[in-house]
Amino acid sequence: MSVQADPIALTDAASATVQPGGGSTGVRRKRRSLGLLRNRKALIGLIILAVFLVLAVIGPWIAPYDPNAVTRLSLEPPSAAHWLGTTNTGQDILSQLLVGTRGVMVVGLLAGILATFISVVVGVTAGFVGGLGDELLSLLSNVFLIIPALPLIIIVAALVPSAGGLTIALIIAATGWAWGSRVLRAQTLSLRKRDFVEAARANGEPMWRIIFFEIMPNLTAIIASGFIGTAIFAILSEVTLAFIGVTSISAWNWGTVLFWAQSSQALVLGAWWWFVPAGLCIAAVGTALTLINFGIDEFVNPRLRNTAASAGILRKKRIRARIGFTPVYRGAPSAAETRDALTTADALTPTDQEVGA
Amino acid sequence: MKYFLRRVAFYLFTAWAAITLNFFIPRMLPGDPVHSLINKFQGRLSTDAIKSLYVLFGLDKHTTIWQDYITYWQNLLHGDLGISFTYFPTPVSEILAQALPWTLALVGFSTIIGFVLGTLAGIGLGWRRGTWADNLLPIANFFSAIPYFWLGLIAISALAVTVQVFPASGGYDPATVPGWSWEFISGAIYHGTLPALTIIISSISGWILGMRNMMVTVSSEDYVTVAQAKGLPERKVMFGYAARNAVLPSISGFALSLGFIVGGTLVAEMVFSYPGIGYMLFQAIGSKDYPLMQGAFLVVTISVLVASMIADFVYAFLDPRTRVEG
Repeated sequence: MSVQADPIALTDAASATVQPGGGSTGVRRKRRSLGLLRNRKALIGLIILAVFLVLAVIGPWIAPYDPNAVTRLSLEPPSAAHWLGTTNTGQDILSQLLVGTRGVMVVGLLAGILATFISVVVGVTAGFVGGLGDELLSLLSNVFLIIPALPLIIIVAALVPSAGGLTIALIIAATGWAWGSRVLRAQTLSLRKRDFVEAARANGEPMWRIIFFEIMPNLTAIIASGFIGTAIFAILSEVTLAFIGVTSISAWNWGTVLFWAQSSQALVLGAWWWFVPAGLCIAAVGTALTLINFGIDEFVNPRLRNTAASAGILRKKRIRARIGFTPVYRGAPSAAETRDALTTADALTPTDQEVGA
Repeated sequence: MKYFLRRVAFYLFTAWAAITLNFFIPRMLPGDPVHSLINKFQGRLSTDAIKSLYVLFGLDKHTTIWQDYITYWQNLLHGDLGISFTYFPTPVSEILAQALPWTLALVGFSTIIGFVLGTLAGIGLGWRRGTWADNLLPIANFFSAIPYFWLGLIAISALAVTVQVFPASGGYDPATVPGWSWEFISGAIYHGTLPALTIIISSISGWILGMRNMMVTVSSEDYVTVAQAKGLPERKVMFGYAARNAVLPSISGFALSLGFIVGGTLVAEMVFSYPGIGYMLFQAIGSKDYPLMQGAFLVVTISVLVASMIADFVYAFLDPRTRVEG
C-alpha cells in the first residue's frame, strides 16, 4: 500500500508505463539501488560537495601556513610558495580559505538540520491535524516566510555579544524553516486523504505509526530537498554576516576573507586573488547543493527528467521535445520506440482537430 | 472581496508580529547592552537618549514590560524610532526617511526588470527544451548560487577599477544638488546602474529556472496540445496558452521571495556605499547603533509587506480561482 505513493516506486511505474516490457527484474532492481546516483546532475553535485566536506575535515591540517601569521610578503600575487597569493599583511590566502571551510560547512549543515527538524515538526503537524491547529501553524510559517530574514538575523546577531558558529546556526535555523514547512504541509494534506492512510486508520494503527510509517516515508524527497535548500540559505547568510562584520572577524570563514579584502581596499589595489577564490568557493558549494536538489526534483517528477541531460540524444533520434508528450529515453534506443513516440503524437492530431472544429 | 479582507488581515497581523518581535528581541537576549553603550559614548549621549535607550532595551526597572510595550507603540505611532548614535543627535526616522527613496528606487527597478526578463527567458527555454537552449541552464544555476555582494565586488573590480566605466560607490554625483533637476537624476541613474545590474544578474536565474520548469510541466497539459492541434500560431500557443498558466506560481512566488531579494539588495548597497537603508544598516552595525539597526529592520519589513500585498492582489486579479476559494 505504502509502495503506491513511494517516490521511487512512482518514478519506476511511470517509466514502466511509457515503455512496457523494458528490461528484466534484475535490471530494475539494480536501477533502484543506484537511485539518485544515476542522475548525472546529482552525481556531479555530490562529488563537489564531498570534496568540500573532506576539506572541512582536513583543511586546518593541510593548510600550508598559519592563516593569522603576518609576514613581510605584502600583496604577493599567486606563486609557487603562496598558491593564492597573500594579503596586505602577508597572510596566506589559501590557508585562510582551507581553515575557513570547516566553519562554513559546520554552520551550513547544522542550521540545515535544525531548520529541517522544525519544518518537519510544524509542517507535518499542521497538515495532519488540520482545523484550528493547522490555521495557527500555517499563519506562523507564513509570517516567518514574509518577514525579510537577513535584516532579522543581522539585528539578532548584532545584539548577541561574541556570536560564535553555534549561535549563528541557531539564529539562521530559527528564521529559515518556514519554506520547508509550507511545502511539507501541502504534501501531508494531500497524503492524509489517500487510500493507504485511510486503510491504516481503519486497521486501527495508532497515530504515531501512521505519521512515521505511512506518511513520513512519502515525504523523504521533499524533506531532503528542503534540507538542501535551507543549507544553501544558511551558508549564504553566514558568509554574508561575516562579510558585513556582524560576527566575530577573527574566526576564519570565507566571508571573513572577503571582509578583510573589502576593508583593506583589495578592489582598488587590483588584488583579485584576494576576493575571487572565496566567492568561487561559495558559488561552487551553492551550485553543488542546487544540482543535488535538481537531481531530487527530476527523481520525483519524471516530466523534468531526460530533458537537459539527453538533449543530444533526442536530437540524434530526431525527436523534437515539444508539447504533448514526454520523451523518456532508456538504454539503447530502438527504431520502433522512436516511431511509437512519433505516431502517438500524430495520432492525437485528428481527434484534436475534430474537437477544434 | 472576502479574499482581499483575509489577505489584508494577514498582512496587518504580520506587521504586528514583526513590530512585536522587534520589541522583544533586545529583551530576550542576555547581557546589558546599554551600560556598554553608555561607556562607549561617554559624555556624548544626552539624558534623553539614555532614557530612550532604557525604554528600547527594556532595562528600566521601574516600569513593567507591558507599560514598556505601550510606550513603544506610542513612540512608533508618532514616528519616533529613537535617536541614532552614529548621526547623533539626528532622529532615526529622519535618517531612514532620507535613505528609503534610494532603496525603493533601486530595489523596485531592478527586481521588476529581473522578474520580467527572467520570466521571458524561462518561457523561451521551457518551450525549447531538449535543444541547445538547455545548455544555458547550468550557467543560470551557477549564477543563482552566487551571493549578491560578491557579484558586486566583481562588478566593481571589472567595471569601475579595471575599466573605469561606472563609479565604484555612491548614489549620485557629489557635484550636483539633490533635487528634481536633470543633472541630478541622470547622475543618480548613472551611479545606480552597476548596483542594479548586479541585483538583476543574481536574481534573474531564480526566475528563469522556476519559469522553465513550470513551462515544461504546463506544456504537456491537454489544452496546450489541443491549441497546437487546432493549428494556432506557435507564438499564440506559447504565450496565450502555456505561459499564461505557467506564470502563476512565479507571481505567487514573487511575493514570498521579495524578502530574500531585499536582504540581498541591502548587502549590495553596503558594497556600493549606495545611500540606501542597507548602507545605513551597515554603518549602524559598525558603530553598534541599535536604534538605527532596529529602525532599519522595521522600515524594510513594512516595505516588504506592502510590496507582497500588492503582488498578492495582482495574483488574485490574474487567477480568478483564488478569489472564489476565499
